[in-house]
Amino acid sequence: MTEAQSIEIRNLYKIFGGNPAAHVGAVRAGMSKADLGSKHGHILGLRDINISMPAGKIQVVMGLSGSGKSTLIRHINRLIEPTSGQVLVNGQDVLRMSESELRDFRRTHTAMVFQKFGLLPHRTVIDNVTFGLEVCGIGPDTARKTGLRWLDRVGLSGFEARYPKELSGGMQQRVGLARALASDAPILLMDEAYSALDPLIRTDMQTMLLDLQAELKKTIVFITHDLDEALRLGDGIVILRDGEVVQAGDSQSILLRPADDYICRFVRDVNRGRFLRVESVMEETPGDGMPIASGTVLEAAAAALTREGQDAALVMDGARRLGRLTLRQITSALSAG
Amino acid sequence: MDWLISFPQLDPDLLLSVKRAIDGSLKALTRTWGQGIEDFFHPLQVILILFERAMTGVPWPLVILALGAVAWVSTRSWRIVAVAVALLCAVGLLGLWEDAMLTISLVLTSTIFAILIGLPLGIVMNRYPRLGRVMSTVLDVMQTMPPFVYLIPVVMLLGIGRVPGFIAVVIYALPPIIRLTDLGIRLVDKEVLEAAEAYGCSPNQKLWKVQLPLALPTIMAGINQTIMMALGMVVIASMIGVQGLGLNVLQAIANQYFTQGIFNGFAIVAIAIIFDRISQAYGRRLQKHREAGHD
Repeated sequence: MTEAQSIEIRNLYKIFGGNPAAHVGAVRAGMSKADLGSKHGHILGLRDINISMPAGKIQVVMGLSGSGKSTLIRHINRLIEPTSGQVLVNGQDVLRMSESELRDFRRTHTAMVFQKFGLLPHRTVIDNVTFGLEVCGIGPDTARKTGLRWLDRVGLSGFEARYPKELSGGMQQRVGLARALASDAPILLMDEAYSALDPLIRTDMQTMLLDLQAELKKTIVFITHDLDEALRLGDGIVILRDGEVVQAGDSQSILLRPADDYICRFVRDVNRGRFLRVESVMEETPGDGMPIASGTVLEAAAAALTREGQDAALVMDGARRLGRLTLRQITSALSAG
Repeated sequence: MDWLISFPQLDPDLLLSVKRAIDGSLKALTRTWGQGIEDFFHPLQVILILFERAMTGVPWPLVILALGAVAWVSTRSWRIVAVAVALLCAVGLLGLWEDAMLTISLVLTSTIFAILIGLPLGIVMNRYPRLGRVMSTVLDVMQTMPPFVYLIPVVMLLGIGRVPGFIAVVIYALPPIIRLTDLGIRLVDKEVLEAAEAYGCSPNQKLWKVQLPLALPTIMAGINQTIMMALGMVVIASMIGVQGLGLNVLQAIANQYFTQGIFNGFAIVAIAIIFDRISQAYGRRLQKHREAGHD
């Protein structure tokens, strides 16, 4: 696989309508989405998006429908042309590529997973998985071997001769994922990949993605409208609203320091104990307690303390003492928000 | 008040001279270029005769066997095979075997040509929307034009016979295959297309690997209509010297041979049913993968 790649989005604007270029100046100067719509008949898709996604991490972009998240992800492989701005992948501007450079970039650098799977209904599962390889001109035998390996990885061996419509939604999305992984691209774009799946299957798929990522270390851009999913998967999370970034940070900072009321409303319904980690709520005070590894979530820490009959824990990074955490602090962190 | 009663037409002398000028120049054109045009279309003549000879020259059991085989391969349904063979036998028993073979061979050749011309035109129509709108208007005109009108220009340029009849049939049968190719490509799921783009398909790869295969059932519906229109036009083209069942019908009209008309009419319907059943069942079979299980 090619080296993991970072993605930089800079000053990205997208306006939909007959003559977007004419309005980008006004939008930059602060015209609102409502004004642009009612006075000029154009729709503001994205306003001044700046995100830097480090290589080899999962970047989640979260927002409700209409927030522009699906528009944003389509700028990374340029399925949508921006009105102005830059998208840099390892320093190279995707928006400056010629048609054939772009095609090459899509074949070798990005792979995409779609909400409604985007599988080819007339091809069998294995022929869907090898589609990306076939487009690159890789021979059928090699492609098939690679395809079967990835089908096995997503737990679908034995299904290669079936057609997509014969499989359940969860299985179809595994095919979609296998297709994306088979192309061996360093960037994986997942557009609400799990939104159409049942909750239990969704959790399974999230686990599978995390397992795969631990080994593959791709740069993954994951779009979702579900904060639980965002918190579980994201190394970094960006929250979009009406085409603008309202908060960017990791799961801890979004849970502990939501930027505004909008995000507060999301955060309120989340099971904080499952996502907040001990090092985020501990204090660097002296004292003793039972050792707990940093990275443990509060739910697990509270359970461990209760089980051992202790009321304080020492947060340890290996043998190093990071801080101390009491049951009282845990309870107050869980009930805040 | 005369002009209120009868519509004020252009000066009759003017109309006459316009007609004369156009007809005259057309005649002059055919006189000068007639031989060239005929030479140009000569290969068609060769192909048509080849097909005719093949259909009429082959022993009848072989033809029935071949038809049965085609029906089986494309439909996998014994019922359709049985119906097709029975109908063809009935046509033979009525003494219309030879004429039926002539008609079938012309329908087959014109359908093949219509597909060869119409499919690329449908793709072009889809790929260039502006040109597509112009083509769509032309197709509208073509589809409202009475079929007899198609005979006029070909007769003027090529006289009567197989080739002009064939050309009229092909032109008449073209619109459905063009339209339904365009429609089929347009109906391809947007997300599937987006996936093809996202994996770096070139326009050609997109066409061959995604659009055409997914449009195929719709295209088959177009081919089915094209066959039916070709069959209808083959009968009409008997007016300009195309042989086969149509000619018998024409004779029956002219001489009021009622039974001859009925028999030949039946034979035409039989052929229509055979072609229709086979091509429709084949089209349905192409969609098999869409029906199964989950959505």
